[in-house]
Amino acid sequence: MRSTRLAGIGARLITAAMTAALALSVAAPGVSAQEDGGDLVVGVTSDADTLFPWKATQFQAFTMLGLIYDNLVELDQNLDIVPGLAESWQISDDGMTVTFTLREGVTFHDGTPMTSADVKASLDAILLEETGAVARAAISSISSVDAPDGSTVVLNLSTPDAGLLAGLVGPNVGIVPADATEEALSNAPNGTGPFAFGERAPNESLTLVANEDYWREGEPTLGSVEFRVIPDEASIVDGLRSGAVQLAELTDPIVALTAEGDGITIEKTPQLAYHVLMINHTREPLDDVNVRLAMQCAIDRQEVLDTAALGEGAVIGPITSPAYLSDPSARPCPERDVDRAKELLAEAGYEDGITIGGMYATGEYATAPNEAQSLQSQLADAGITLELEPLEIGAYVDRWLAADFDTTVALNGGRPDPDTMYGRYFPSTGNLNQVATYSSETMDDLFARGKASGDPDERKQIYADISRELEDNAVWIWMFSGNKYSALTDDVQGFVPMPSTSLQYLRTTTVE
Amino acid sequence: MIRGKRVARTLAEATVTLVGVAVLVFVMMRVVPGDQITASLGIEAGNMTEAQIDALRAYYGIDQPLHEQFFGWISEVASGNLGVSQRTGQSVLEMTANSLPVTIELALFATLLGVLIGVPLGMISASRPNSRRDAGAQFVGLAALSVPSFLLGALLLTIVARVLRYNPNAMGYARPFEDLSLNLQQMLMPAIVLGFALAAPIMRTTRSAILEVRSQDFVRTAIGKGVSPMRIQIRHVLHNSLVPIVTMTGIQLGYLLGGAVVVEQIFSVPGIGRQFLIGMQQKEYAVVQSTVLIIALLFLLVNLATDLLYRVIDPRVRSG
Repeated sequence: MRSTRLAGIGARLITAAMTAALALSVAAPGVSAQEDGGDLVVGVTSDADTLFPWKATQFQAFTMLGLIYDNLVELDQNLDIVPGLAESWQISDDGMTVTFTLREGVTFHDGTPMTSADVKASLDAILLEETGAVARAAISSISSVDAPDGSTVVLNLSTPDAGLLAGLVGPNVGIVPADATEEALSNAPNGTGPFAFGERAPNESLTLVANEDYWREGEPTLGSVEFRVIPDEASIVDGLRSGAVQLAELTDPIVALTAEGDGITIEKTPQLAYHVLMINHTREPLDDVNVRLAMQCAIDRQEVLDTAALGEGAVIGPITSPAYLSDPSARPCPERDVDRAKELLAEAGYEDGITIGGMYATGEYATAPNEAQSLQSQLADAGITLELEPLEIGAYVDRWLAADFDTTVALNGGRPDPDTMYGRYFPSTGNLNQVATYSSETMDDLFARGKASGDPDERKQIYADISRELEDNAVWIWMFSGNKYSALTDDVQGFVPMPSTSLQYLRTTTVE
Repeated sequence: MIRGKRVARTLAEATVTLVGVAVLVFVMMRVVPGDQITASLGIEAGNMTEAQIDALRAYYGIDQPLHEQFFGWISEVASGNLGVSQRTGQSVLEMTANSLPVTIELALFATLLGVLIGVPLGMISASRPNSRRDAGAQFVGLAALSVPSFLLGALLLTIVARVLRYNPNAMGYARPFEDLSLNLQQMLMPAIVLGFALAAPIMRTTRSAILEVRSQDFVRTAIGKGVSPMRIQIRHVLHNSLVPIVTMTGIQLGYLLGGAVVVEQIFSVPGIGRQFLIGMQQKEYAVVQSTVLIIALLFLLVNLATDLLYRVIDPRVRSG
């Protein structure tokens, strides 16, 4: 313990010395001394559960590793694809190859240059099943990777894949040195991102220091970022109030709304993740479309949002990504219609009502029990009895994966690209199709066309069709998406919250 | 000879208890749904191929048959290797070396506060039973018992942070040898919360013990002999009431050494309770199992120490 602390202090001294040397040697205008932006403390409720980027799914790990590792391409704050380690890219006319031209002069934090060999090795390893990388499915259309020269990478695809670029974003597909092992990276992360690994006291804090050789001129502006573990969100707010913490991303609307004011600014960002009632189509009577439509008509989504999440969020359709946003009023029964629900139920032959199970997770996210209860009372008005079954998260995940439920209240992650978001659920070949329990030829056809099309307008139309198909069949009941709350003290400048969990704009942030 | 037998018996009992705890925690961890893979990946686990899941099972060591996992773990523990956390790469021994001193400091601090509040309150309360003074002291004791620590802790922290803009617990945990002043500031609020809760049972035990002792003949004799009331209270009554008070304090201290999960969460104190909780959330079998064993061992040790303390306080225990 002591030795790692000393090592950390040593690393800091070296960094400080390097910063000073840089500031002295570079007098040219336009290059700022990078420690000017100050040192920022971010409050987080948990330490990263892994430092290995390809296996990180936990929100905190994702956030921290996103600052350490870069990708070929990135998303900006509008979730548009922008260049990253690749300066430019070319998609062949048949959509079967993507050629990236890499930025020159990029180095890893340990000083070795980043070349096409590192990109190839990283992608090859992610695609290898033994690696256990979580992003494998998202980039599985890649059949092979070539590195014809030091700054060119060619992806050969097995099928055209319009969602591929979006699948190449995030620490799960982070580029690591070709010779790095999982064990080495778990102890000493080594990327090309704006911040380098500094020191860590497990479960207490993790400090990143500015990467002086970062390829974006003049960034990062901060000297260091410390992620300090304060397990309770309300305690983080108390930390912001005393000034010991300057930034935090909060999820509990009650905590966030009471934190505002008094030197703390709260910025709300709509999330891509969506709250939904998933329906198991293999169970009677839920295999009957009229029964599902009856449920759809019996539910006022705004009321669920109001009672469960204080109205903090927006009623949504299936696709939450801004570029492909579904219109929530384009569904059967956009307004609650209990009479219509009863009619539909009668048409399905259930005049006396039905009883179905409703599973939800406790302790995972704050709103689940309230959502379930709101649904239960609304469905009851139409003669549908929802028998609630609260489960601890471990049990919930087991049952979810086995599709062992009638219906379940879920908070599923959203993606910027609708194919990465739903391509795993609804095409019959999707990895999670056995959980979605719904497929059709129309759906398969639409997803195949969406994936193959390179024309943005055509894709928009295809995913609008998918969205309508999902709603018309009441495949699931999409309810709302919530907000994320970025809490900042008044001395923090230049931070831009993302609709995803990324804190990438810490690279342009300063603190006085 | 007799002493040797006693020691052997105590050791045998302790071993049986520890083995029982080991079996229990091992079985419970396996019975609870979910494993390390679903705990770290959640529903993303469904997005992985069979081969990927198999690779992960091997990585986490949960591809072995259960009995092999159990005996593998137990024999490693017996040889001093408590296992490693895959999350942080730290060994459980290292983690415990960091977290246990924190917990011990907090537990002792809290116990001290609990005794300092509880014993005088109990004495006040017993000095005139069923009086207003007694009712007042009892009310404080009841309040301490009824207010849950998560409420008291959150309230205390919020008020102090809002009004005084002071929150040492958000400054990052400081070890005593790094910054003693900050360390003590960080321990103060959680110790108050825990000590307050601890004061209630100590106060009630003190009260009833004193009432019982005071009704005994030797106290009346002492009063008759003209011993000063203060001396009677401290030297005679309190001293002879100590056994139940020490027992109660020892039990409470034992619980506190098991980690005060809730209070550690609120005040960001990296003690052994949090080590257990984090292990549990991540389903890190080795971390949970070995941490529970350590906690059980501590409990046994505190009980043993309490036992020994009786002999110091009360010579009658020694002869019996």
